[in-house]
Amino acid sequence: MPRLVSHPDEVIVLKRRFGQGAAKIDRYIELDGYAAVQKAIAQGAEAMPGWIIDTMKSSGLRGRGGAGFPTGMKWSFVPKTSAKPKYVLVNGDESEPGTCKDHLIFREDPHAVIEGAMIAGLAIGAKTGFIYLRGEYRTLLEIMERAVADAYAKGFLGKNIFGSGLDFDIITQTGAGAYEVGEESALMESLEGKRGVPRIRPPFPAVVGLYDGPTIINNAETIANVPHILLMGGEAYAALGTERNGGTRLFGISGHVERPGVYELPMGYSLRRAIYEVAGGVRGGKQLKAVVPGGASCPVLRADEIDIGLDFDQLAKAGSMLGSGGIVVLDETVSIVEFALRTIQFYQHESCGWCIPCREGTDWIKKTLTRVYEGGGAKKDIDTVQYIAENMMGRTFCPFGDAAAMPTLGFVKKFRKEFEDYIEGKKAGTALMPEERDLIGVGH
Amino acid sequence: MSTIANSIFSPELAARFDKLVTLYPVKRSALVPMLLYAQDEVGYVSEAVIQEVAQRLDLFDLDVRSVLSYYSMLRTKPAGKYNVQVCTNISCMLRGGYEILDHCKKKLGIENKQTTPDGQFSLEEVECIGDCCSAPAMQVNYEFHDELTPDKVDEILDQYAAGKILDSTQKDGK
Amino acid sequence: MADVTITVDGKKITAPAGSLLIEVCKSAGIEIPAFCYYPGLSLQAACRMCVVRQEKVPKLQTACTTQIAEGQVFFTDTPEVIQARKATLQMLLGNHPLDCPVCDAGGECELQDMTFKYGAADSFYAEPKNHREEQKWSPVVYFDRPRCILCYRCVRTCSEGMDVFALAVENRGSSSTIVPNVPAKLTPDNLAHLDCEQCGMCIDVCPVGALTSGTYRYKTRPWEMNHVATVCTHCGDGCKTTLGVRSTADGSEIVRGDNRDKSGINSDFLCNKGRYAFDFANSSERITQPLVRQPNGELKAVSWEEALTCVGKKFAELRDTRGGKTIGVIGGNRLTNEEAYLLQKFARSVLHTNNIDHHRTADYVAFAQSLAGTTGRAASLRETLTAPAVLLVGGDPTNQSPATAWNLRSNVRLNGARLYIANTAEIKLRRQASAFLQVAEYGYGALAAFLAGDDSAANIAAPDSAALASFRDAIRSEESLLVLIGNDLRGAELKRLIDFGLTIPGTKFALLADYANSRGAADMGLLPDMLPGYTPIGPIDTQDPSSRIALEYRSPTTPGLDLLEIFEAAETGNLSAFYVVGSNPIARYAVDPATLKNTFVVVQEMFLTETAAIADVVLPAANLYEKSGSVTNSYGDLQQVKKAGDRAGVRSDFETIVRIADKMGADVRKLVPFGPVSNAGGTRADMGQTRGAQSGEADRHAVWLTANNLEPRLSPFDPSAILDEIQRLVPGYEILRLQLLSGNDQHLSPAAAPIRDNAGLVQISNRRDLVLPAGDTLFTSGSLGRYSAILNDLRQFRPRQSLIQIDVQTASD
Repeated sequence: MPRLVSHPDEVIVLKRRFGQGAAKIDRYIELDGYAAVQKAIAQGAEAMPGWIIDTMKSSGLRGRGGAGFPTGMKWSFVPKTSAKPKYVLVNGDESEPGTCKDHLIFREDPHAVIEGAMIAGLAIGAKTGFIYLRGEYRTLLEIMERAVADAYAKGFLGKNIFGSGLDFDIITQTGAGAYEVGEESALMESLEGKRGVPRIRPPFPAVVGLYDGPTIINNAETIANVPHILLMGGEAYAALGTERNGGTRLFGISGHVERPGVYELPMGYSLRRAIYEVAGGVRGGKQLKAVVPGGASCPVLRADEIDIGLDFDQLAKAGSMLGSGGIVVLDETVSIVEFALRTIQFYQHESCGWCIPCREGTDWIKKTLTRVYEGGGAKKDIDTVQYIAENMMGRTFCPFGDAAAMPTLGFVKKFRKEFEDYIEGKKAGTALMPEERDLIGVGH
Repeated sequence: MSTIANSIFSPELAARFDKLVTLYPVKRSALVPMLLYAQDEVGYVSEAVIQEVAQRLDLFDLDVRSVLSYYSMLRTKPAGKYNVQVCTNISCMLRGGYEILDHCKKKLGIENKQTTPDGQFSLEEVECIGDCCSAPAMQVNYEFHDELTPDKVDEILDQYAAGKILDSTQKDGK
Repeated sequence: MADVTITVDGKKITAPAGSLLIEVCKSAGIEIPAFCYYPGLSLQAACRMCVVRQEKVPKLQTACTTQIAEGQVFFTDTPEVIQARKATLQMLLGNHPLDCPVCDAGGECELQDMTFKYGAADSFYAEPKNHREEQKWSPVVYFDRPRCILCYRCVRTCSEGMDVFALAVENRGSSSTIVPNVPAKLTPDNLAHLDCEQCGMCIDVCPVGALTSGTYRYKTRPWEMNHVATVCTHCGDGCKTTLGVRSTADGSEIVRGDNRDKSGINSDFLCNKGRYAFDFANSSERITQPLVRQPNGELKAVSWEEALTCVGKKFAELRDTRGGKTIGVIGGNRLTNEEAYLLQKFARSVLHTNNIDHHRTADYVAFAQSLAGTTGRAASLRETLTAPAVLLVGGDPTNQSPATAWNLRSNVRLNGARLYIANTAEIKLRRQASAFLQVAEYGYGALAAFLAGDDSAANIAAPDSAALASFRDAIRSEESLLVLIGNDLRGAELKRLIDFGLTIPGTKFALLADYANSRGAADMGLLPDMLPGYTPIGPIDTQDPSSRIALEYRSPTTPGLDLLEIFEAAETGNLSAFYVVGSNPIARYAVDPATLKNTFVVVQEMFLTETAAIADVVLPAANLYEKSGSVTNSYGDLQQVKKAGDRAGVRSDFETIVRIADKMGADVRKLVPFGPVSNAGGTRADMGQTRGAQSGEADRHAVWLTANNLEPRLSPFDPSAILDEIQRLVPGYEILRLQLLSGNDQHLSPAAAPIRDNAGLVQISNRRDLVLPAGDTLFTSGSLGRYSAILNDLRQFRPRQSLIQIDVQTASD
């Protein structure tokens, strides 16, 4: 499991209780646990929802799953009254390659997720929260289950929480292996016992979500931040980051660095420093070739593009994304052709298949890049890959199509020369894939 | 007491399922967890599992098949007692994921998606398992093993073979 | 919703707010392509073909999910939109096999059409295609996986439309595939199968050649067929169907049935019988030569001339020697209206007998009499799709009237209609019902009484009195009600239910029968005591306009023997001749063949049925797909029947009856009004201005033809001549010619005279089995069904899964 790392440049908010045994409820309480929810309740039944949402808005917290939608605003979309029950849904289906931050949260600070979900429930008037972890996180589910049971045992969950007169229950479960379920509406489908295929929007989850009730769905890191924000105040949290990008976030730095790990850095922190200072630089003193800045779906940055601050807006401006904060570092030995193939292989495997451009596009790109990789490519194949990716962009049923097309476009546009050279037999880098490869396939 | 007569599951699991279906606002929500737990006990999602789960949730068998075939962790064929799942996605690939996979193949003497003749181990190349910052990583059943080297893999697999590591599906004494 | 105005491609369009853009555009003549969108089925937004540009919205929007609002501006044909559609097609065509030249859908494939339109023909897909072997899911449903474009129409039509859920998607991504509900590993032949109603709607909605029909596939190219719009011969719903017909050596063969143009009363629905069970026409057991029994007891094939001469001679002889009262005539439920009318007219005016009946599958006499004196109380099949509230008492439409069931499901799903079901069995439609009432055995009469307010009937009506009471409350709270009545209700109990219904304003009724022209057979007077239009036989009141028909007939004025009495007469030696046209009463009523040993039996049939087997003369008959005319469905919807198939050697029942009359020496012109007016007995059509008319000698038919701007028919074999007479004489048949001839349905209400002394009803309650529901299921169709190889094959694949639950009844012949 991911080891705990630290660096002096870190600004610790969320990681405050990591490594301190906070999975045990008594220890969590010692570390100000369940103080935030009580602080919220202390505002009084009338003022509480508004106070929570205002605090969240002022914190500038933006969704940590990848899209970066302002959390407080998302919560404010939930109608005050609803004929159907409202729900809070914690998205712990962490599946973006390069990302393992929620993994740490579930392991090190499960009660923060519970408390955050409770607060979200109080804010919108939901009585039930669901915490959905990816299927591979069974051991983490067990930690969460224990934490939830402990919270019930203390009377923190269930009827009349902290004397508020309000009830809140939490149900935990995992998925069973599907990247697409990380998409919010697909996750709701999965939670309702169906195939993880996204839903038509509108209506949006805030109005019609889980079991057709108004639902807020937030990434686990987003939710785990909530108690901290309530305790320290929205403005104080916002001040840690940059404009419109409040606070800190967990950056998972992986790949060719000396000290990979999950670091908590303020929003807007320099990508160059993150690689060279925080993560100890490129492994073995090699040259940096490229960086995937926010998980596999974010367009690659070349080595000369890393003088940039890590926040949603700066990366968007640079034509990439902050995504899930998973920074994957590639040194000079990497073949971009191979890396692009491995990336699309993942998306082809994970496409839910619902819509034509994504289902057929990912398959076509994978097949073409496979042929190129195996030495049967022609230059027009690069154009074909680019054409297919461009025609997936913005045309698919859900953002998955973009997630598959964007990195592909990044690779072939920024490293076109390397593809051309490869096709001509001048292969850059050292192959990592064995010649005899099994293609991961789905289907029974 | 199971609500299903002649359940194919152990009394403990049957009781757990009885409870699970009452937990959610809609019974069907229990489908994915039930399939996982059934697979843990039976070893895979057999026809019998499909039929009983469908019966418990008032679904058509076809509904269950449609859903289970969507999720890559659910399998309809038996795997080894220890299912070794090696990640080769980008972060792991950069740090030797494919070497680890190759090493496992040699060590276990099987190819991807195969099971050792004694039924102890099966091997699977999988997509990202969420342990990128400690790559390369693998899971044996649900247990994470990371920062792997061939030597470390040998050690881990030997320990499993000797029954020294129990994963969560076995800890409950199942 | 209030109207809003949007702009599409610069054109202002006004439509209700919230309407789907794709529909709004369609109404305005702007075509937006789509694979997954299908009217009436849930929205998918999966194919991405319907993308359009909306002003001020960053991404292209799908027209199939966009609900319009005031002031929106859309562009549907910009280069960007066209490129998006083209690219989607290119991606589809990547893995799609380009076997269009041999594909069943070639020529009527939506993918082909769109590729043509968007010019996505330049294929630069250079990778190997994912080939999969074709699968046979049932005798009628084949699946060619690589051709499938995953539009999910089949899955939705099966689940939402049919409530069967036999198809689903398995796997994900590019491995996604449509699968049937019985996986290969559970079948003896290790192939996946469909356990379902076998309706074939999945094939019908498939935009490409992925799902193909076992009866049609690889037989022809669509443009090599003639497409004939006619009416299905099977159940009483009388679905409109388009038959694909191809020439063969000895006639023409029907190779396909569908209603893809969504015309007619059944919108796009057709059940398995309508879609596949036309193969009886090509059965090797078909009789194609007249057969006459020889002194040695054997049936021998003879010429038509010989057979007709034999019948004509014998009929005339027996009529003249033993009297018309010793002759019995039975007509069928699959004859055209013209044939049924002609048969009873022939019986009454040539054979001089009222001993005429048919296998009554529903009590239309009681139905018509109960509605006597009312107007607008008979419902069309169309209303099952629109009525806000429906009460279904008895019957099992899923099995017996599948289009009714389809419409009811659609009405509940799309319009939120309330369906109330009272039945002795847990019929499948209860799953769509707002309330289902379990009726006690033989409890329908008591139920009707209870509904009408007789609380003492409660314990006979239903086992659960609380449910019964709330059921009544729910029904009484409805402002208007469509009452559908199963044919298990007859006589007095049927009347009681209708009497109750008539107390609710706006209530309409329909009685569900079993065959294509069960209703027409009754309407046309295949009854011993009723002339056409339920005109009672008896003393003729010359002042009563409804007596017109009786006046013209001058037939015996005492009612004849009904079907059961005819057999009783045979038993006592009082039946000299028995003439059966398209019916199998020997099997239906389990008659001992020996009963008829001293009777001259003539049978017009397609097959050597139990009845034909004992005949002295068997005359090979054409079926409903091989003739022209009209039929009236259970609801009273009149539709035109057109000749599609043809088989050498057989003749329509119409022609055969006329020829027998001719051989008997009857004046054919009096039987079938044909021939130029100037030749019609010297009387001219002069609108009654001559003395002839005033003196009652006018050719009333010719007068009527002239008044209606109709030409006289030129042949005695032209059923239109009889249609003219039906329109002129039969109460309730005020036919709109243009409506009928243009292939549209016209709804008719039965026009019975009010019951004078409950005579009709007494008869039924004393002799219940005179009305004998056929009890057919989706996989049987009377005697006819036995000769459909495909229907018998399909029975092996009928639904068995408990949740699909249609197999509650045992299929009976």
